[in-house]
Formats: sequence, C-alpha cells, structure tokens
Amino acid sequence: MSSRDVILARIRSAVANAPDVEIPRGYQGTGADREGIVEHFAEKVRDYRAVVHVVEAAAVPDAIRDALTRRTAEKVVVPGGFPAGWLAESAVEDLTTVDAVVTTCAVAIAETGTIVLDAGGGMGRRALTLVPDYHLCVVREDQIVPGVPDAIARLDPARPLTWISGPSATSDIELNRVEGVHGPRTLEVIISI
Amino acid sequence: MRVALFITCVNDTLFPGTGRAVVTLLRRLGVDVEFPQAQTCCGQMHVNTGYPAEGVRLASHFTEIFAEYDAVVTPSGSCTAMIREQYPRLAVTAGAAAKQPGLREAVGEVVPKVYDLSEFLVDVLEVTDVGAYFPHRVTYHPTCHSLRGLHLGDRPRRLLEQVRGLELVPLPGAEECCGFGGTFAVKNRDISAAMCADKVGNVMKTGAEVLCAADNSCLMHIGGTLSRQKSGVRVMHLAEILAATEGGAR
Amino acid sequence: MSQTFVGMPSFPKNAAKAVQDSQLRFNLRKATHTIRGKRAAVVGELPDWAELRQAGKAIKDHTLRHLDEYLLQLEAAVSAAGGTVHWAKDAAEANRIVAGLVKATGEREVVKVKSMATQEIGLNEALEAEGIKAYETDLAELIVQLGDDWPSHILVPAIHRNRAEIREIFLAHMPDAPPDLTDEPRALAEAARLHLRERFLRAKVAISGANFMIAESGTLVVLESEGNGRMCLTLPETLISVVGIEKLLPTWRDLEVFLQLLPRSSTGERMNPYTSMWTGSVEGQDFHLVLLDNGRTDVLADEIGRQALRCIRCSACLNVCPVYERAGGHAYGSVYPGPIGAILTPQLRGMDTELDRSLPFASSLCGACYEVCPVAIDIPSVLVDLRAKARHPRTERAGMAAAGWVFNRSARLARAQRFGGRMRRLVPKRLPGPLSGWTDTRDLPDIPKDSFRAWWNRTEGGTR
Repeated sequence: MSSRDVILARIRSAVANAPDVEIPRGYQGTGADREGIVEHFAEKVRDYRAVVHVVEAAAVPDAIRDALTRRTAEKVVVPGGFPAGWLAESAVEDLTTVDAVVTTCAVAIAETGTIVLDAGGGMGRRALTLVPDYHLCVVREDQIVPGVPDAIARLDPARPLTWISGPSATSDIELNRVEGVHGPRTLEVIISI
Repeated sequence: MRVALFITCVNDTLFPGTGRAVVTLLRRLGVDVEFPQAQTCCGQMHVNTGYPAEGVRLASHFTEIFAEYDAVVTPSGSCTAMIREQYPRLAVTAGAAAKQPGLREAVGEVVPKVYDLSEFLVDVLEVTDVGAYFPHRVTYHPTCHSLRGLHLGDRPRRLLEQVRGLELVPLPGAEECCGFGGTFAVKNRDISAAMCADKVGNVMKTGAEVLCAADNSCLMHIGGTLSRQKSGVRVMHLAEILAATEGGAR
Repeated sequence: MSQTFVGMPSFPKNAAKAVQDSQLRFNLRKATHTIRGKRAAVVGELPDWAELRQAGKAIKDHTLRHLDEYLLQLEAAVSAAGGTVHWAKDAAEANRIVAGLVKATGEREVVKVKSMATQEIGLNEALEAEGIKAYETDLAELIVQLGDDWPSHILVPAIHRNRAEIREIFLAHMPDAPPDLTDEPRALAEAARLHLRERFLRAKVAISGANFMIAESGTLVVLESEGNGRMCLTLPETLISVVGIEKLLPTWRDLEVFLQLLPRSSTGERMNPYTSMWTGSVEGQDFHLVLLDNGRTDVLADEIGRQALRCIRCSACLNVCPVYERAGGHAYGSVYPGPIGAILTPQLRGMDTELDRSLPFASSLCGACYEVCPVAIDIPSVLVDLRAKARHPRTERAGMAAAGWVFNRSARLARAQRFGGRMRRLVPKRLPGPLSGWTDTRDLPDIPKDSFRAWWNRTEGGTR
C-alpha cells in the first residue's frame, strides 16, 4: 500500500462517525459601501509607513516622474504592459543593479491597505518587485475594493499573486517593528482618481 | 419559587461564613432559601484533574438533589461554570458509554436553573442595590471562570457600586489568572506561585483594604499569599460584602 | 517530531527553572504584552469578528470531515498545474522525500522559509545527515539557528532573546556581521539583510511550508513579513513545500475568511506585509508538494481532540497565556509551545514520556486561549479530556479515590468536616510531600470549627 493510500485510509476511518457542519457566512461579504474609499485606502497604506499620493488621472505621469526624481533613481524597471502614457517600459537584465521598480496593480484593498499584483501587464514577473529596494505602485481608483472578500472575488488563483501591505518589515527583535528587511525597504503608492 | 443553595464543598468545609452571608443576603431580599442536606461536591476537582468517572457520579448526584427546585444559587464562579460547561459534555460521554443513560436529560433539566450568586441577584431578582453598607476601599478580581466561563460581565461591579460607603478601586491586570487552577497550584507550583506573586503585586498597587471575588478558591490562593507576605490586605467573598449592613458590618 | 527534545524532563521541572530566569521573564512579558495589545486593537476594528471566527471554525471542521476528498482534489489541481505531489505518512518519509528531491538537483545547499512542519519533522537535521546544508532565512529562525538554540514561539521563535543577546549571537556566529554592530533592531535587521542577500540570489533550491492550500484550485498560500519568503518562493529553480494535511481549505473563497483571521490574530496587523500565492509550477519553477501526516490522522480520530487540527498557527493563544508568559516556550519540549502545544504535542507524539504526559496539566484552565483563538479551539476542554487519558501518579489516584468516596455521601462529607474541625489546631503551617507546593508560598486558610452544614443544622438555617 502506498503512503497515499495509507493516509487516505486513516482519514476515512478517523472521520467515519464525525458529524458534518454547515458553514455560516454571516460576516461582511462583498459589496460594502464605497463611500470615502480612496481616503480610507490611503490612510491604511500610510499606517504601514508607506508614502501615498492621491492625484488626478492626468497628473499621474508627473507624479511618477517627481517620485523617481526625489528618489534619485537612475536605473528604473518598468514592466511590459505598463501604460505608455504614464511611463515608457524599460527592461533590465540584472535586477540587483536596479534603483527602482514602477508597477500597476490588479486590486487594492481599502480595509487593510493592501495592493495585490498578479504578474499581469504593468506588473511583470514576481522578482521585479522584490529585488529592487524601492517600489512605486500606481493604483487606479476603480481598482480599490472595500474589503478582503471583494479582492478574493476579483482575483484569479491560477495567476501567481503577491499581496503587499506596506514595505517589508520584521518584528522579530523584541516585537519592535522595523521596516525594510529583504523586500523593498520603501513602498510608495500613487492613487489615480 | 423554591430556591436551593448549592454551597459547594470548599465553602461548606473551609468558608462557612460565605454560606451564612448568602443566607442572610437572600433572606433580606425576601428569598426563603433552602439547603438540601444530601449535596456534596460538583466534581470539578475530579474532572479537571483527569478523573471523569467520579465527575459523572457527582453530576448525577447533583442533578438528583436539585431537580425539584426552581433555582439553585451558588456562591462560586468555577463550580457554576463546571456545572454549566462540563456537565452537558460529561452527560454525552457517559451516555455514549451507557453508564448513565438518564444523565443527559437530567442535566438538560437542572443545569439551566443553576445561577452564580450575582446572576441570581441581577438577572432573577433584578436588584443591584441589596441594601449593603461596607465602608472600605475594595478592589475586585473577576476570576477566570466567572469572567470567561460564565460571562458575568459587569454584574459584580454593579452590585458593589451600590454598596454604601464602599470605594471600589480598579485592579490592574484584573483579567489575568491568579494561578490557582485547582490541582495546578500543586502540580505546577512554581508557575502558579509566580502568577500569584504578580496578582498580589497588582492588588498591593491598588491600596485596597479588601480584595473581593466571587470565588473562594481563587481567594484562598491569593489570600494565602497575601497572608504569607503579611500584606494586611483581607480577602472577602462578594456575598460577605453584600450581606454586610450598617450596625451589622463585619 | 524532532529528536531534539527527547529525554527532556517534565513541564513543571522545566518551568521551575525558566521562572527563575529573570531576563527571560522580562523578555517574554514585554513581548507578549505588546502583541496582546496590538491584536486586541485590530480585532476590535472588525465588527464581524465573531462571525468570521464562526465561519473559520466551521470551514475547518467541514474540511476535516471530508479531508480525503479535498486532498485528492488538491492533488489533481496541483498536478494539472505542473506540480508534483508526494505523500509522507511520517517524519522519516517526509525527510527522505525532501532529501531525495534536493539531491536530484545536484545542490548541496537550500534556503528555507520559516515552517513549523519542517521543524516538527526535524528536516534540517535530516538534511545535514545527508550532507545538505539548510539555511533558515526568517530573521528569528536565523537567530535561533546561529545561536544553536531552539525556537520558543510559533510566530517569533527568538522571542526569548533580547536585542543585546541577538547582537552577541550575530557577532559571534555571523562571519560578515559588521564589527561595530549596535543592538538597535534596525541595525540588526540590516545585518541579516546583507548576510542573506547573496545567498538568496544564488540559491537553486528552496524549502517552504504553507499557511493554506486550496483544494479546488491547487493554490498554496504563504504569509510572511520580511520578504525572505518571497525570495525563497520566487528566485530558486526548485521549490519544495512540506505541508501538513490539515492546512487545506476547500475553496478559493474560503481565503476571504482566513486572510482576515490570521494576520490580525498573529502579528496584530490588518494584513501582514507579504502574502504569496501560487498554483503548481510558476514562471518555469520546478514545484514539489509533500503532504505530511506524521500523527495528524491519529489526532483526527479523536472526537474531542481533533479540533486542534483547526489551528492556523497564529500563536494568539501563546501571547495571552499566563503560563507560557512565565515558563517560556522551551519548557514545552516541542516546536509547538504554549496552550496549542499542550494539546497538540501529546496528541501527535502520544503520552509515553514524562514530559508529554505533563503537558495537558501545564494550564490553570483560565480560558484566555479559547477566547482569542480565531478558529475557536476549546483548548481547556481538550486539556481536560487529555488529562483523563494520561496515566496518573499512584498517590494521586489514591487521594482522588478517597475524595470521591467522601463526596459520594453527604454523611461522609459531614463526618470528614467534623474530624477536620476537631483537628484544625494540629494542621501544620507547612504540609509534607506534593502538598508542600501549596504551603511553600501560601498560608493555609484557617479550618473552621463548624462547617456550613453543621451551622445550618445547629441553628436551623440561622433561624435559631
């Protein structure tokens, strides 16, 4: 008998007399009120000590340029599929030499201040937003959803997903939060309204 | 309404004053409380130490004795929690083993009628001012089973706030366990003592003359440490404070 | 479980030693109280927390009831997405599978994401024996590994170490640590960043666990904070995930519950910095999933104890436990310390050793753990049930039998009380044997002359 068969047989005998249960879903599901959602999202992202700008759609290119100038970022990765009107795509061979990465996102969650990348257009493969020390993410207002259930409903599990809530951090030393360990030490978010 | 007092073995044997206080208090509120003589112990020590068979026997004994009453009042949070939380479970396992086939029904009948003293006063009699007088600085320890088992909430505080002359001071870290835990205090003596030392430290910070709780087991533990440290702080069961009156105050 | 803990004394003996360590007491108190407050604040933000908790509990119970079906569904989904699924009935088999997979790549080094399952099976030691070096990359795990120490907390394995101790460990055991390293948490984290950077970039094989596996889609989910997880999950060519069979969730939608319950209960954040989700082989990576039983099916067979398998390893129960706070994690002699460890370890390992038998008693049954558990594991009830299954000391059995005999008839109790009342002056201040545990630090109450029932009978209920 294979281990697979052994484990499955053990499970079947273990739960033979166990009762089944109904799953109550009385919690807040999808579709909560969108009132004030941009401010709500911005406030939660700021709580993680990330820098947030809220700008008119037309002002996004300037906001991106300003952010990169402030950062004095020379070598910048811009993944394929990034809106050309915002910033031109630019590929880099060796990610360790990059100063900054600029991406879009798939979904953003107001309740938790989270942005989710799904490796689609404007986001690129997962390493792009991991190795550089600075990540600038542009979020469109219509990509912001109220809560976690809304985000789950919009996302496709077949794609590799990266949920990002603020810069990388650790609390392993006396539970003191320190931002910036292995992922980007600085996260900056531009919200386009 | 026929009301019985379940005194509990610990109070019966070691803290009869608490029982007398409950009787005094209830009579003052017009309740003619009875004391069924055949009662002994709820079985908490046996069950929590890993001897459920004794627990089943004592649960069965308890339900027989108190079946005929409309309400059973108990001056112990942990014994009330034992009856309310563990009797139904014991009855299911005992029923499955076919040892006590009738226990499940008996438990279902009796358990809902069992009240902790402050529940009986606030929920059944609907009083918070019981006419007590106790001119002392008091701090209240909510005890784990009263707090997280019975969810007594603010009932004891509401009762104490109505006591004339009483100054109620908040206890820092009130919701933390004192480290008694029945046989835990002996089996894990060092951790238990460390927990109690912190509890006592918090009691001392309040400057209270009296530490009050609704469970004499916890008070025996904290009080034993307060006494060993010659702290001068007294411990008193909630019933004893509520029973105290002007002229009759202890 | 890991061999490291074999032969350890009982919990009370370990705890007695730990409680004397004032530095440890201070570190633990500070850390647990900090995280308690953070958790309470973010849990309080969600008005539907109670509903999420009930849903989380029910989803887990439902999954466990149909675990065989969902595992097969998961296997099919992972395979369809280009991953390979392996089944390991115990630690030895899991270790053998992983070592084989690593060897097949020709590599001698692996990087690891913090994982309870791989600690449970002693994977690092097993790989070492095969000539493979495993590098822990989580900061706390790195501190533990460099210090040749044991983890003492599920979430923050180095919680027992303060910043000064961590600095010393880095200076002594991290070859590239800057000589002028301070004990500022920021400086220590930076040293770890630089130390691991090259290793991440050149690693070819990574080993992880997973917080959740989704049966319908074959997706694995890892929550983390530092980015070391993303490094390991993303950069290497081969990824091997060792995951307990109970980590399953039936549907993608179920994550909407657990991604709210876990971060808030665990680190006390609305969301942890990074969560990675992947399905099968992604971006050309070779992906292997090792499904681990190692005693879980035994736990599953226990009607009361099986609720321990709902555990999502958040460690909220450790952080509120007054016993854990004073005993520390090492006293539990298992990678699973605290209240959840006290019910999980004896079920996974059995209660054959003195240590494992003592674990169900390592609790005052105060119930703080149950109150904060995001999947409503009634830890006190499981403890009480395990106590009934443990072998008891002979003197205790005799004492309990005698007490039971007395309590069976009220007349016997009354006689015992009269006897006690007469002997009350003779009770010594210090009791002998196990009962000295009481009188070493506490006075005994005065035994009254009259019991309550004696007073009642004498005075006709106080009317005379």
